[in-house]
Amino acid sequence: MPVREDKGSVMVTAERGTGPNPALTRKDFVTDQEVRWCPGCGDYSILAQTQKIMPELGIPRENIVFISGIGCSSRLPYYMNTYGFHSIHGRAPTIASGLKASRPELSVWVVTGDGDALSIGGNHILHVLRRNMDLQIILHNNEIYGLTKGQYSPTSELGKRTKSSPYGTIDAPLHPLSVAIGAEATFVARAIDTDAQLMHHCLERAYQHRGASFVEVYQNCNIFNDGTFRDFAAKEVRADRTITLEHGKPMIYGKEKDKGLRFNGMHIEVVEIGKDGITEGDLLVHDEARPDPTIAFLLSRMEWPEYPVPMGVFRAVHRPTYDALMTKQIEDVINAEGEGELRDIFLEGDTWTVE
Amino acid sequence: MATVTTKESESPEHQDILELERVTIRFAGDSGDGMQLAGTQFTKTSAVIGNDISTFPDIPAEIRAPQGSLPGVSGFQVSFSSQDIFTPGDQPDVLVAMNPAALKTNLGDLPRGGLLVVNENEFNEGNLKKAAYASNPLEDGSLQAYRVYRVPISTLNSGALKDSGLTPVQIDRCKNMFALGLMFWMYSRPLETTLHWIDEKFGKNPAVCEANKTALKSGYHFGETTEMFATHYHVPKAKLKPGLYRNITGNEATALGFITASKLAGRQLFYGSYPITPASDVLHELSRFKRFGVKTFQAEDEIAAVGAAIGASFGGSLGLTGTSGPGLALKSEAIGLAVMVELPLVIMDVQRAGPSTGMPTKTEQADLLQAMFGRNGESPVAIVAPATASDCFNMAVEAWRIAIKYRTPVIFLSDAYLGMGSEPWLVPDIKSLPDIDPNFATDPATFQPYARDPKTLARPWGIPGTPDLEHRIGGLEKSDITGNVSYDPANHDKMVHLRAAKIERIAQDIPDVVVDGDESGGLLVLGWGSTYGVITTAVQRARAQGKRVSAAHFRHLNPLPPNLGDVLRRYDQVLLPEINLGQMRMLLRAKFLLDIEGLNKVSGRPFTIAEVERKIAEMIG
Repeated sequence: MPVREDKGSVMVTAERGTGPNPALTRKDFVTDQEVRWCPGCGDYSILAQTQKIMPELGIPRENIVFISGIGCSSRLPYYMNTYGFHSIHGRAPTIASGLKASRPELSVWVVTGDGDALSIGGNHILHVLRRNMDLQIILHNNEIYGLTKGQYSPTSELGKRTKSSPYGTIDAPLHPLSVAIGAEATFVARAIDTDAQLMHHCLERAYQHRGASFVEVYQNCNIFNDGTFRDFAAKEVRADRTITLEHGKPMIYGKEKDKGLRFNGMHIEVVEIGKDGITEGDLLVHDEARPDPTIAFLLSRMEWPEYPVPMGVFRAVHRPTYDALMTKQIEDVINAEGEGELRDIFLEGDTWTVE
Repeated sequence: MATVTTKESESPEHQDILELERVTIRFAGDSGDGMQLAGTQFTKTSAVIGNDISTFPDIPAEIRAPQGSLPGVSGFQVSFSSQDIFTPGDQPDVLVAMNPAALKTNLGDLPRGGLLVVNENEFNEGNLKKAAYASNPLEDGSLQAYRVYRVPISTLNSGALKDSGLTPVQIDRCKNMFALGLMFWMYSRPLETTLHWIDEKFGKNPAVCEANKTALKSGYHFGETTEMFATHYHVPKAKLKPGLYRNITGNEATALGFITASKLAGRQLFYGSYPITPASDVLHELSRFKRFGVKTFQAEDEIAAVGAAIGASFGGSLGLTGTSGPGLALKSEAIGLAVMVELPLVIMDVQRAGPSTGMPTKTEQADLLQAMFGRNGESPVAIVAPATASDCFNMAVEAWRIAIKYRTPVIFLSDAYLGMGSEPWLVPDIKSLPDIDPNFATDPATFQPYARDPKTLARPWGIPGTPDLEHRIGGLEKSDITGNVSYDPANHDKMVHLRAAKIERIAQDIPDVVVDGDESGGLLVLGWGSTYGVITTAVQRARAQGKRVSAAHFRHLNPLPPNLGDVLRRYDQVLLPEINLGQMRMLLRAKFLLDIEGLNKVSGRPFTIAEVERKIAEMIG
């Protein structure tokens, strides 16, 4: 990974190292608060993986902060025995930005949902990503409003019948990862609540990435939107209907590893390996570090049944983070001009003495 | 060209110098004419030679309205005096009008007999039409009530600069310096301060630098040599409190106060803000001060700005946000969050005329009730309001003292008049300012997120990075002591009362209100915020006429100074002038069950001294 030299001081853009913190176990990250999600909710598995991975990252517990907005997912900080802030609807990225920019040494995680991040907080998501604030943003996407009991969300499919759309929705959904890529995100990944290993991988990579890491987690709401991901995510069909992206490897999927993705003109197409003379060599090779976001964007648009649903890390590119640039700018000014003395700025401009 | 010396006013051969106590000049022209610049330079020089000064700019909302048009007129009023002054003057004694539009929009403020200097070159058919003049006021006798000086400023200026090598457009831009030079002569001011400023500003461009200096000197010499002006004037030095002074605007003083608070607390200042008139100057100021470790975050919107400030406060920094009325409205929900999580936070509101977008460059005091109550639920915050431009410094520090000691949001309620106006500032001795102790919690054995200090009722500030103090806060109701989420009815009732009681406790740290005048009886003129200057002057004048009238001003709006109710009860009548429809009057009447008379004005402009004097006369004869 590149390390960029910038006017004498090192702007680190490489992956962050991880290593277990032997003093801590998963239990150290569990609070005494009763978890109050509905039984069977996908949020339980996201919480479990989040608690499990914490001791593996090698961060002192007191340096970890979880910040959330409003919604079912945003209850998560209460269950993490770290510093936590359950804020107001949509605004978690703003509070996290202020904390991270002022205390860059902290590991700051944002927990949000599809309504919180993409509806009421849409503006903040765009800007936290373009600034590349060094945060981990975990978006629990259940494609429904759960806490308010079952209205459609900005990721609900067109025509969906809900309590607030008894005749079906008439607004088109957003693709969270397309939004993220469009907003200049440097790290974009997708996991699903039912695949613990993949979620663990995505959370770990999100932490290792310096910059704004955006992870969408498909999360089943078994009360208001049960089975919304079942068509492609159910165990028996998952291998044929999803594709796990792996950096440097050709895009192959299917139970029999017989299907692949090929770049054809300006779009991606599904092909069968061995059919019409197609070999592995014809397939698209996943390059998460490709500076140009076009292919990552095309991948983010892929939906079942036209395509397999991509999972894993779509994009991981490096550029300096906002918090590092802010720190560096201040250091540079202090190096050039010296530390500020109040007296100097009190006396800026013309002064005069009255005897 | 002869060298300009700056001793003319003291030289014996000039017998035509008239000594004045106070003069108010208004420079008015097209927004591209550089009137703000001419006004600020006049101010600087007047301050440096020892006058007391007060200024107020009148800037159009449009960045560049069509040239010569009425909405494009920009003005700058400066008052300078040999006495203490508290306001930029009701009416100008002198109006410098650079074009017909400037004459039309400003003439109404010039008293009969006032001195009018016009740039006669601009009074052509096109400009007269743009200013909606049917006939030329310089020719039709309509200016007979004034002492009119027709000066061909444009042609004199271009004549002086014909060899400058500049383009005609560049030459024309120097005409504000010509006008300024003329005013410098008329009021016996030296040129050095402005010449020095021109060197600094245009040093990299010698031709432009030289041209501006020539224009300035030419204006001065024109005054000196022409027989047009029979008299020029001298305003002696003021008797100000001894010490080192500088001229400062309210917004500059506010920024310096915030940085000073950060130094006194030994914590980083974090300013989250979204540009908005008339508060943006504070963002500009603070973003210059990186060498103080100040972090400025230009957020995507007002909500993000306050959110980031709250995040910074959670981390142990001084989380600050600043805005004007519409922005305060957007920040309401987040301020309510800060009330609930009980973190230090300062919200600066430089009030402007509302409602809605209103008149962004004009002043008003009508955000008071929004500051007091503009949130859902029982959501009390502390509010402070500076009295003058330089007082913005003191109250900015004070806002942080309260916010940190009581772990509460504090609204700093300034306004456009204070923020954009300027006055001399007696530079404080930094060592005389007491430190502010952030008093972080560090002991896990005793830490409870919502335990309270028995004296202040403040909760502990335990910041991330402190081992074994990990805890969760948030907008849901918190259980007393533990801070766990609670829906218990009795607990909610207790917490609502605790939050209210905590804000009331701040009164124990607030100085008593001081009356200027009689201890009791007669009329008390009460004020808060930027009305201090007019009220003080109007009451001084009324007292000089033997009237039984006193003045009192308070700068802590919530909670109020502890003795305020007692003070109000000692007078036969109380008058409260406000630049709103009576918002503070309503609060005080409700709190003290006292009748209070209002004087209310919402024209986007500050009170004039005469308006307050008239009301005093109406009430007590």
